[in-house]
Amino acid sequence: MRLINQRPGRVGAILLGAIPFALALAAYVVGSAVRRAENPQDKLLPSLEAMGTAFARMAFEADRRSGDYLLWVDTAASLERLAHGMLIAAGLAIVVGALIGILPVGRALLSPFVSAFSLIPPITVLPILFIVLGLGEAAKVGLIVVGTAPLMIRAVAQSVLDLPREEIIRAQTLGASTMQLTARVVLPQMWPHLVRAIRMGLVPAWIFLVSAEAIAATEGLGYRIFLVRRYLAMDVIIPYVLWITLIAYVLDRALALASRRLFPWAHLSGDAL
Amino acid sequence: MTGTAAGAAPAFVEVKRLAVTYGDAPILEGVSVGVAEGALVTIVGASGCGKSTFLRILLGQERPTGGTVAIDGAPIAPEPDPNRGIVFQKSSVFPHLTVRGNLMLPFEIAGGGPLARLFGARRRAARQKADAMMERIGLAHAADRYPAQLSGGMQQRLALGQALLPRPKILLLDEPFGALDPGTRREMQALLVELWRETGMTVFMVTHDIQEAFDLGTRILVFDKIRHDPQHPHAYGATITYDIPLKGPVAEALRPATPANLNVKDAF
Ligand SMILES: Nc1ncnc2c1ncn2[C@@H]1O[C@H](COP(=O)(O)OP(=O)(O)OP(=O)(O)O)[C@@H](O)[C@H]1O
Ligand SMILES: [Mg+2]
Repeated sequence: MRLINQRPGRVGAILLGAIPFALALAAYVVGSAVRRAENPQDKLLPSLEAMGTAFARMAFEADRRSGDYLLWVDTAASLERLAHGMLIAAGLAIVVGALIGILPVGRALLSPFVSAFSLIPPITVLPILFIVLGLGEAAKVGLIVVGTAPLMIRAVAQSVLDLPREEIIRAQTLGASTMQLTARVVLPQMWPHLVRAIRMGLVPAWIFLVSAEAIAATEGLGYRIFLVRRYLAMDVIIPYVLWITLIAYVLDRALALASRRLFPWAHLSGDAL
Repeated sequence: MTGTAAGAAPAFVEVKRLAVTYGDAPILEGVSVGVAEGALVTIVGASGCGKSTFLRILLGQERPTGGTVAIDGAPIAPEPDPNRGIVFQKSSVFPHLTVRGNLMLPFEIAGGGPLARLFGARRRAARQKADAMMERIGLAHAADRYPAQLSGGMQQRLALGQALLPRPKILLLDEPFGALDPGTRREMQALLVELWRETGMTVFMVTHDIQEAFDLGTRILVFDKIRHDPQHPHAYGATITYDIPLKGPVAEALRPATPANLNVKDAF
């Protein structure tokens, strides 16, 4: 049988998927053991135990100075910024995306601006945001919005433009006004694409969140990583990176699952990652 | 059933010297025809000669480059409206609504305000009417399925049923049964003729099946180019070259091959 037709079974797929993880882990363990055999003080590749201990300390021991459980304080702060940023970006994507997608006038008015705006490298806006909005939460949320909204708006607008022309015509032959057509035909079919746009936007959102926190923050996952970097505390940095990755993964899966639950009709055909 | 002579009262659908040009390629030119109310007009012609374009003009989806189209004496609205229903070859029912949802939508649009939503007793009434149509087109057993879960024939029946709910005066069909197998196509033809008889609407149906055109129509229009320049094959547009009155739907052509097929509802 051709290779393109050979499909792994359920268990086989899980085992195959586990191989790269196992290899990466093994490479790390070996590398770490080799370096520590040469120099027991080595900080670059700490042992799994050392990282476990450091992570447990961040999660379950109150900080000596502040009395906070740092991991949870950092996680809460970062997630709050992420949520605010994504909420605003999603709101913009709905309103501007729908205007561009549905109304020729809206397209003419907004599409060139969004296209131009999306070309601004978001990180170059960060100093401006800090100057205008101060070093508080607003600037960090603002960076996430600037970094994600244009691409989410464009994805959502395109999904509306991709609706079959026949459907829009048919809705009109049923007597639908622009408002009715939007409410009953366009928006319902837009939601699954919005969820996709949010999943897509979360990737740059994390980058801009961590960048902003690295520069100006007093707590947050990105702040912590860049703080302990000064002490070469790889035993904290690596678990934090894995923790961020885990959160990102869970968020993505949750959104994918929510889309399947809420919009079953949109998932009736085709494979999706 | 025939075109109006000069001076006579205008027909229900009156097309005069219609011309359509895309860029500088004429697609249709000099198309004039008058169609009486209640006719079932079938339209045939070579691929690409402008049959779909003609329907798009009747629908109001596009403006003609020249000429006029009037319905019931008034120029057609320049955008689609509930007076003119349409069924495309490709299913165009709404994929995010179930069969019942699709059939309720016309009522929700008519009476549900800007958001097209009905509640309480009015919603129940709409649901009853939707269910009646669902019964009529033989989809009662598939009420809660989404279009993607229906066969091609079922999707077309749904499209037809939905298009009829606003009670259009004119129904436009663009190769509606082209993608269906012969058995299913016969059932759909029979259903269409039944619904046409019940409603008294005027039907324009484009088809590639000459037999279908002769069997179903009360009148057949043939689109073709009358002028042809071998050096410039696209120099001239098509027009109506034959306009033949027919007896109307042929009974035996519509009779299903076996009695088992008689019940449209159990066809799938
Ligand atoms: N939007 C458009 N812009 C330019 N040319 C177009 C456009 N739509 C259709 N045409 C051209 O107009 C001609 C007629 O198209 P139309 O779809 O009406 O043909 P048709 O008779 O329905 O053909 P078929 O039987 O294959 O469906 C074709 O040559 C096509 O290429
Ligand atoms: Mg066509």
